[in-house]
Amino acid sequence: MMQQLHKGHLGRDSSPGAQGEHKQDKRMLAATIQDRAFKHISLLAALAVLALVVVIVYQLTTNAWEAISRYRLGFVLSSVWDPVFHDYGALPFVFGTVVSSLLALLIAVPLSLGVAIFLSEIATAKLRRPIIFLVEVLASIPSVIYGLWGIFVLVPLVRQSQPFFQRWFGFLPIFQGPPFGYSLLAAAIILAIMIIPTITSLSRDALAAVPNHQREASYALGASHWETIKNVVLPYNKSGIIAAVMLGLGRALGETMAVTMVIGNMPQISASLFMPAQTMASLIANEFGEAVSPLHVSALMEIGLLLFLVTLLINVLAKFLTTRTKHKGVQK
Amino acid sequence: MGIATKDLWVYYDDFAALKSISISIDSKAITALIGPSGCGKSTFLRTLNRMNDSIDGVTVQGDVLINGSNIYGEEINTIALRKTVGMVFQRPNPFPMSIIDNITWALKFHGVKRRRDREEIAAESLKRVGLWDEVSHRLKDPAFALSGGQQQRLCIARAIALQPEIILMDEPTSALDPVAARVVEELLISLKEDYTVILVSHNMEQAARVSDYTAFFLMGELIEHSPTDQLFANPKDNRTEDYITGRFG
Repeated sequence: MMQQLHKGHLGRDSSPGAQGEHKQDKRMLAATIQDRAFKHISLLAALAVLALVVVIVYQLTTNAWEAISRYRLGFVLSSVWDPVFHDYGALPFVFGTVVSSLLALLIAVPLSLGVAIFLSEIATAKLRRPIIFLVEVLASIPSVIYGLWGIFVLVPLVRQSQPFFQRWFGFLPIFQGPPFGYSLLAAAIILAIMIIPTITSLSRDALAAVPNHQREASYALGASHWETIKNVVLPYNKSGIIAAVMLGLGRALGETMAVTMVIGNMPQISASLFMPAQTMASLIANEFGEAVSPLHVSALMEIGLLLFLVTLLINVLAKFLTTRTKHKGVQK
Repeated sequence: MGIATKDLWVYYDDFAALKSISISIDSKAITALIGPSGCGKSTFLRTLNRMNDSIDGVTVQGDVLINGSNIYGEEINTIALRKTVGMVFQRPNPFPMSIIDNITWALKFHGVKRRRDREEIAAESLKRVGLWDEVSHRLKDPAFALSGGQQQRLCIARAIALQPEIILMDEPTSALDPVAARVVEELLISLKEDYTVILVSHNMEQAARVSDYTAFFLMGELIEHSPTDQLFANPKDNRTEDYITGRFG
């Protein structure tokens, strides 16, 4: 049987007949054309992505040009935003975006890492699956729902808790001011809840990528569970964890709806967590519909450009950090 | 003193991986565990430092006595046990730390408080495994920068830094090139002056070369345990003979 098959195969391949050769050539030609076409089509798809980025930047820049040429650097440094008197400055929004996102990280990173560590290192298979499912559910809730929940639950909670903080820690500027509820803190908490699923599932993947022989090496030396996690598992894939955090940060920076609903939307820079603020994204969402004068529209476009640049910067930083730590840590 | 098991059974769920193993292992000697894949030799090795504890569905029955106390008894502390019983794995598995930290890290939580003491012990251990001359000028380099053979010797140094009495080795040379394997093998032979070494080996020539005693496992049973010369030259059991002459496995 094997012999026959072998013979047949050989016979077809080395058939000296002119017709066989002709067929072979035709097939080769078709395959070459196919391969070439596929190569070009996929290249086109890749270029389309690049073109999209270029077009977005171009459009944002040209549309923002009036504001850019009029205010120059002053746009980023000024903290007045007054459409009535055509005075536009971006600083409060940059502040609101950056500070609310960083606060969100402060809350979300320890929680997410805790969940990820629990899922990957501690939980039994039975417990793991439902928790992963719940984390995914958290990720699939539309942001406007988070916003609604924020308005009806979180904002009143923040409002009620503020007097307590002010009474006992009121000497700290971060707890001062009247109890509005709508505040930087509310926005940060909402953002934290929204980025927890991202950071959790990505850092869980990062931990799952740590080979088991690392854990065994650690246990074999008499290390405890905690020592193993802290000194072996987490450092082994530091770059994966940093990437997870950075992706969470990227999401927080751009999040619009839920933040707009709870942050209070006041263009001010205040040291207090309980004071209203505004982010770049929430400003655009709030004012774009009502912007009539070309300068106003242009200023909003420039805000959009700024937001784009900030997120780009974060992504570049994330890439830089992950490649840098990878060379040190991960074994090939 | 030393290691002994009495009627030891190990199950993975319902599957009996080890069936009634009773063995007494000599101290300050190398005992090789041989047998075909899945015969239970690695399971047996991992029973001796309770490495199977972390695997779901494992049950251990019977006694494993190390220095006279049952390590599956209630009052046993696995951290102390693993300080006494070190382990070296099939693939070199240094930590993502510097060469020196790979050794000093475990010393830290085993109570060597002073940094200078830890570094001294690390240097001693590196000398003991013949790695000192190769790495003394770059102790702060990441351990992953070392070659496979050097990494494996680092892992051995890491184990002996805790001053264990017993070292378990699970096919320590199988992931290394022949030259590096040879170096590690010679190191193994020198280790028996100070330690009781139990070596799982897939390689019968290696078992014959380095070990003083050999135990042959087959399908979860201990078939034969004799001095190595005797087991290879004059096996008592037919199944041992079949295995060492290459008729199966």
